[in-house]
Amino acid sequence: MPMRPHAIALSVLESQYRVDQFNAAYGDCLDRGAYDSWIAMFTEDCLYKVVPRENHDAGLPLCTMALEGQGMLKDRVYGITNTLFHAPYYQRHVIGGARILSDNGITIEATANYSVFRTKPGSVSEVYNVGRYLDRFVYGDQGLLLQERLCVFDSELILNSLIYPI
Amino acid sequence: MNFAPTSLSAETLPRWADEGSSRIPFWAYTDPMVYRREIERFFHGGGHWCYVALEAELPKAGDYKLSYVGERQVIVVRDRDQSIHVVENRCAHRGVRFCQKPRGTARSFVCPYHQWTYKLNGDLAGLPFRQGVKKDDGEVQGGMPPDFDLKQHGLTKLKVATYNGLVFATFDHDAPGFEDYIGPDVMPWLNRIFDGRKLTILGTNRQRIPGNWKLMMENIKDPYHPGLLHTWFVTFGLWRADQQSRMVMDSHGRHAVMISQRNAGGEAKAVTEGVTSFKKDMTLNDTRLLDVMPEYWWKGPTVTMITLFPSVIIQQQVNSLSTRHIVPSGPDAFDFVWTHFGFEEDDETMTRRRLRQANLFGPAGFVSADDGEVIEFSQDGFRQKGAEGATVCELDGRGIAPTSHMVTETLIRGMYGYWRKVMEI
Repeated sequence: MPMRPHAIALSVLESQYRVDQFNAAYGDCLDRGAYDSWIAMFTEDCLYKVVPRENHDAGLPLCTMALEGQGMLKDRVYGITNTLFHAPYYQRHVIGGARILSDNGITIEATANYSVFRTKPGSVSEVYNVGRYLDRFVYGDQGLLLQERLCVFDSELILNSLIYPI
Repeated sequence: MNFAPTSLSAETLPRWADEGSSRIPFWAYTDPMVYRREIERFFHGGGHWCYVALEAELPKAGDYKLSYVGERQVIVVRDRDQSIHVVENRCAHRGVRFCQKPRGTARSFVCPYHQWTYKLNGDLAGLPFRQGVKKDDGEVQGGMPPDFDLKQHGLTKLKVATYNGLVFATFDHDAPGFEDYIGPDVMPWLNRIFDGRKLTILGTNRQRIPGNWKLMMENIKDPYHPGLLHTWFVTFGLWRADQQSRMVMDSHGRHAVMISQRNAGGEAKAVTEGVTSFKKDMTLNDTRLLDVMPEYWWKGPTVTMITLFPSVIIQQQVNSLSTRHIVPSGPDAFDFVWTHFGFEEDDETMTRRRLRQANLFGPAGFVSADDGEVIEFSQDGFRQKGAEGATVCELDGRGIAPTSHMVTETLIRGMYGYWRKVMEI
């Protein structure tokens, strides 16, 4: 009988800590508009999707944004910064504590709830997009990288447009 | 020119002061009374067919989905004989919008308030205590009056038209046949996509756009803007003024098709010089986003944008297909519901291609996000000017006629010509 039967293994705490730190940095990148840093948080062959919960639950493949690989992420960032005509807005991510589903030392599977608030210049803040991340991380040399992030959002109606990543 | 409303009393609507339809007064987008009349005459009556669903969304008997005709929520349901009914989601008893699940499968519809039960076709099947409640001593308490007739208390049924996978409905049971409503000029373009092949549903995107609903119809009747507002269209030759194109409209000017054929894009003085959205050196890091594969049924055009007044836009832009349903919500907002689809005959590669190209469309689309934004800013401009302002739609003159080019605003003038007639404004 161990001395502390309900003790949490240190390795579990460690993956929890890593993912929470990662998510904090991720939200910070997007909220600052540091899109190159955002791209660098993904693997070369990543998958990034923003998908209505309605489609996700029904097993339908259509996304609001579906990017495969860092090349497409770069194309999106070029769109944001150079081609998409839109009213600018601030984003503020509030990301809840991650739930670690598995960690085999190579990949971590995890989920976390998020809410994103939008503030347009001269206007009030609005609840913009609410959902959860479904993630697969891989351990890289410099820390975790996202191999897959699905942003499954509850918000049935997008407030006009969704320009920046979530 | 004076576009000021003649009176703001509840009885009188603003008058359109001048002839023609090339100057659209701002009050047409902002006046609540004008909006009420639009809803009555275009969406809730007046012989107009409104889009409600694709048949493929309801594959099995009993499958239903909630949709809208104008501001009224309706249930679109497939019956056991495979026919499709559209009934209003409002209990005949106390007016409850009883069906709350957006999609599902039902054997009947039951209003939870007093358990009034309806067949899938909307007929009232029964209700509790209709004959009263019999006590042990034989006394009958309550019950509906003896002349209560089930047949008089069904759900409001709409007239339904299904056409090769499309489902339309109207509250007006005297409406013309669907094909007559669309007319011989536009029907061939509908047939090109909806030729009877089975559709597959890829999914839905929904956005709320804070602008008048007509601005979205206009956006897809406006071939002038795509090669100017949308970098992707001008740079990659998906839509721009040096392409072979045609503008088609029905005899009333209400429905239209913008048709064009893709070119190689790149620099071409007449259409790119001085155009800030044109990006000469832009290339994609991942060309799969625009991996266009011609399909046998295109027969030439690479893009057909169909506006079926007042409720839906049908999009074919290269390999991406969608219906875009307009659900008006007051004079200054509408919900815009995109249903992307493919065909059962598509292989996996084609489905993936359609999904990748979907990145151009919807509320986050490389192209379409611009449109929602610009509609919001249009409404902002109308609001700040007030009733005296008007838009100028005079590219290619002030008349209304089909054209063999895209340097024109004729389709917008066509729509407002029809609008004025029906609105009696």
